[in-house]
Amino acid sequence: MIPVTVSDMGDGLVQARGLRKRFGEFEAVRGVDVDVARGEVFGFLGPNGAGKSSTMRMIGCVSPRTGGSLQVLGLDPAADGPRIRARIGVVPQLDNLDAELTVRQNLQIYGRYFGLSKAHVREKATELMEFARLTDRADDPVEPLSGGMKRRLTIARALVNDPELLLLDEPTTGLDPQARHLLWERLYRLKREGVTQIITTHYMDEAEQLCDRLVVMDGGVIVAEGSPSELIARHSTREVLELRFDPELRPAAAELEPLAERVEELPDRMLLYTADGEHTQGEVHRAGHRPQSSLVRRSSLEDVFLRLTGRTLVD
Amino acid sequence: MTSSLAPPGYGRGVLIVVEHFWTWYRRNWRATAVSSVLQPLLFLLAFGVGFGSLVDRGGGAAAATGGVSYLVYLAPALLAVSAVQSAAFESTYPVLSGFKWQRIYHAMTAGPITPGQVALGHLAWVAAKMAGSGAIYIVVIALVGGVTGPGIVVSLLAAVLTGAAVASLVTAFAATVETEGGAFNVIFRFVVIPMTLFSGTFFPVDRLPAVVRPLAWVSPLWHGTELARMAALGRWTLFPALGHLAYLSALLAVGVVLATRLFTRRLAR
Repeated sequence: MIPVTVSDMGDGLVQARGLRKRFGEFEAVRGVDVDVARGEVFGFLGPNGAGKSSTMRMIGCVSPRTGGSLQVLGLDPAADGPRIRARIGVVPQLDNLDAELTVRQNLQIYGRYFGLSKAHVREKATELMEFARLTDRADDPVEPLSGGMKRRLTIARALVNDPELLLLDEPTTGLDPQARHLLWERLYRLKREGVTQIITTHYMDEAEQLCDRLVVMDGGVIVAEGSPSELIARHSTREVLELRFDPELRPAAAELEPLAERVEELPDRMLLYTADGEHTQGEVHRAGHRPQSSLVRRSSLEDVFLRLTGRTLVD
Repeated sequence: MTSSLAPPGYGRGVLIVVEHFWTWYRRNWRATAVSSVLQPLLFLLAFGVGFGSLVDRGGGAAAATGGVSYLVYLAPALLAVSAVQSAAFESTYPVLSGFKWQRIYHAMTAGPITPGQVALGHLAWVAAKMAGSGAIYIVVIALVGGVTGPGIVVSLLAAVLTGAAVASLVTAFAATVETEGGAFNVIFRFVVIPMTLFSGTFFPVDRLPAVVRPLAWVSPLWHGTELARMAALGRWTLFPALGHLAYLSALLAVGVVLATRLFTRRLAR
């Protein structure tokens, strides 16, 4: 391998500098710097079309980069794609299980692609079905399984080669809350076992739950970077007062601005950024405004994103 | 935690793709066995036994078949036809499904397997399947009296080569199909069926009007049929045989190069 590069990277599993991806006229990723350290859970947060998946596909060594430099596990994807891919696990945005094979067969044949022996994949499949809570469906075909089960199987399959790095592209999109929580729990378990994870998501709660550190992407560039709490501290206030008004009684943002550090107007509500939500609530009332409903909550990554881009994440 | 997995070598990777399809086949063979064996069987009964009973009485027919019974004349050609038909079928919808519906090609190439290995694995599987159903088919033809010697085994090799050439070209085409908008129907209606009818399967192409004959000459099935028939009837002529072999090999080479390139373009973008 290339010892110089490895020592340069320290404990970094992924290092990107000025990473770019162009599809014809459209530039999906426009110069991204990323460092992911061993053992951490790193997130790409952003709306659809932000360039998260394109970045992931470059890190996963399936999509050649158009510009910049990229190292994964100390190797260059352009030269060592198959060698890198042999050591990572990928959970794609769309399930791509073989629906006509059984749960067990899906795991076993996928392990074979990594050059593992039949005996090894037999044992590994049993262990992974346990992990994914699919043991009682072991010999059922995949087709009729629920979305949550298929997703768990896809994650289990990505672990068949004991990867050093796990890439999860929107792992819980389209799942019901119960299925999401089960998945989060499994991902947390993997983190405790030391598996480095890179996750893309457009759910703030998911990013806050799972990620040690994340970047917010928008329009192909990184607009902020840090831990969820750092980002909130840096780009938002401690609390947010959410007000919903009858359209006729809705005050102009300028009228509320003296009462808070910052006011955001959304189509259905107004957000007042403040250190003390309840205090601000009282001020609003004293100023003679009568919201239909009001809610005090902690600032979230959603607020960070709104601040940075002027838009909500999920449209 | 650290794994030191090395990706499987090129040929081994191709074989694991074949193993995947074989795993699938072991579960689902009943559904496909019907179409891949029954259909040529119907052809054999209808043309070889039924229609053949009419043909054998005419003197002109004996001149065209070179004196052998129509069933014996037809048998090697049917091997080639069924190989081409199954090659075309296996390389259309199943390939599109790998890219688009089930997306299993994406799963394979997320691991250490390359798109080129997936394309070759698919083609190797199709060839193996053609060889398997062809072997069963030979047994059936032998039971109804259509086999005169061991040359039919060489006919099967010619049939598999023909099928592989067609499969590689159709697979390359399927890799460019984004939505199933009838593109495959065009292939079946305007390529596979005319090829089946006018490639010397049922009658020698010199019975066709002279202006139409060149169409048979470009058809891979004609070359495959000629080879298969030479082998079954033991009527080898060196230079035509080499010509047929060269033509089919060239098509296969072009198809393999195109298929691996187009798989790479589609899967690694």
